[in-house]
Amino acid sequence: MLELEDIQHFLISRPSALAARYEFLAFRRSGAGREWLKGILDKVGTAKALASGKPETRWVTIGFTWNGLRALGLNETALATFPEEFRQGIAARAEILGTTGANHPENWVGGLASDELHAIVILFARDVTERERCRQEHREYLHQCDGVKVLSSLDMEAIPPYTHAHEHFGYRDRLSQPAIEGMGDEPAPGSGPAIKPGEFFLGYPDEDGPPARLPQPAVLSRNGSYIAYLRIEEHVGAFRDFLRQQGDTPEEQEWVAAKLMGRWRSGAPLVLSPDKDDPELGGDMQRTNDFNYGKMDPYGYGCPLGAHIRRMNPRDTAANMQRRKMIRRGGTYGPPLPEDKPDDGIERGIAAFVGCASLVRQFEFAMNVWTNDPNFHELGNERDPFVGTQDGTFDMTIPKRPIRKKIVGLPAFTTIRGGAYFFLPGIKALRYLTALS
Amino acid sequence: MATQATASAKEPDWTKPAAMAIPKEGYFKLQKGRYGPVYPKSPACYGFTLIAKVKPGREEAIREYGRTLEKTVAGLPEALEVLKLHYLRWVLFDIGKDTYFMYQGIFDTDFDKYTEDAVALFSKYGLNTTFENLEGFPEDWKTNAPAFVQFVREHQHPSFLEYGEYPYVSADEIKKALKLKAAFSGMLDLMQ
Repeated sequence: MLELEDIQHFLISRPSALAARYEFLAFRRSGAGREWLKGILDKVGTAKALASGKPETRWVTIGFTWNGLRALGLNETALATFPEEFRQGIAARAEILGTTGANHPENWVGGLASDELHAIVILFARDVTERERCRQEHREYLHQCDGVKVLSSLDMEAIPPYTHAHEHFGYRDRLSQPAIEGMGDEPAPGSGPAIKPGEFFLGYPDEDGPPARLPQPAVLSRNGSYIAYLRIEEHVGAFRDFLRQQGDTPEEQEWVAAKLMGRWRSGAPLVLSPDKDDPELGGDMQRTNDFNYGKMDPYGYGCPLGAHIRRMNPRDTAANMQRRKMIRRGGTYGPPLPEDKPDDGIERGIAAFVGCASLVRQFEFAMNVWTNDPNFHELGNERDPFVGTQDGTFDMTIPKRPIRKKIVGLPAFTTIRGGAYFFLPGIKALRYLTALS
Repeated sequence: MATQATASAKEPDWTKPAAMAIPKEGYFKLQKGRYGPVYPKSPACYGFTLIAKVKPGREEAIREYGRTLEKTVAGLPEALEVLKLHYLRWVLFDIGKDTYFMYQGIFDTDFDKYTEDAVALFSKYGLNTTFENLEGFPEDWKTNAPAFVQFVREHQHPSFLEYGEYPYVSADEIKKALKLKAAFSGMLDLMQ
């Protein structure tokens, strides 16, 4: 059983928050980080407290980069026990992730690619008013913490209508989440068996057996996770222009939008509803994931082989899937672009987190092999249409009888504006870090 | 992941045999992969040549492993499917009093993915890898995929030349073409 009182709530369950604020911190004085952490530690939300549903539940989440752990005073012996990809940090892994060209860390904003990025603090809030209160409270607290500097911040807000989560392009979001063994959640039909907790939380058995090679000391790694952060700008105007070029009627445009994603914007999967949208199916968690590719759609006539959801979760058409699952978190930032308005140049997008126990095996594999390998599924010259690095030189093949549709030179609908690797310690580990000298 | 060079090369011409001379390092331009440099796709697809010294007295164990693998694949033809292989060749040879093991593979996924998938596969089928008979192989390989990958990388000897009579064609494409041929033959039979 998971020690829910010691695990930060972030990867276990979502608070009922419509807003959040991410602050990216640098510790510029020895001891500054520890003092800051001491004062905020009792506000960090645990999985147990969140499950209790009490109104006073704290929703603060805290993570550290490897440089941040060093700035907190962790000794070199302990620092060396963290895996290489985490020690290097996301910016040094750009080539592996495929974040090149416009997506390269040298173009990132907010100081995220800098060695000075030490910590992230996530302040969840019920709504924007409450977020502003949290922001003010944290700002006042930081005034008392000499040597802690906010490198940058990002305000998150859900997009109306609030009836279901969706992003700026209009696709329904949060449809697939892995069920964790021992948490009592039944996996949604079609999602495969529940995943061993060690795939997400350090110190527990994973799909390979008992935990091995954990960072030391054990008190630091137990109940911790790694999270990869990506700030992905969405070019809504460019996306809508593209759809208009691809189809004369709204129906044709919706068809192309669905083929890029693998789901209609309502969330209805193309494998189950290939010819027309079915919003009721899209939102029905018992049905919306109840499909496979190998038997039900081997050639991609429903969901194209290179569609986003088929790349991010190839289901029965990839090996070793239980070891590649990730927990997704995050939400939208920036104002929605009204349907009838041209692009206003304001940055909007998704700020996403991927939670896992091994960045190299889970997150980096997904980016390297599923997202950015042009030859994924033998496609030859394609990348993920939404999160792949696109520069107009890659294509998108849509199988269709009698002849496939091939979009040559897919434009970039997104730009990665920042990223980071954080370690999300358990509560005892946070306390251990405050006691360093 | 494919190299930049092949990433932008559209539809290589399989009708034109091709040879590629490869620098000593095994790559043209250093491109970082998850566990080390990315080796390029050549006209002979992706591949490796591992050479390692056999622990004294273990030669027969390695030969026995060959027979085990033969039986495994006979009983479960799709056992190695995920590795996207064309061919594997296993060779034992002596230098002086020492015995060496050479393992050559030609496949269609990149080096790191191949090795990671192979570790998972050996664990899944409860197979002990024959690598345990090699000097320097990490004893904790079952729980330490990075160490397994590192061993493979340390014993990899990049080719200095690779040739393909039908260059860059994947095993899946070859299988598709043969299926198509079989389907056509069947169709023509039915039309007699």
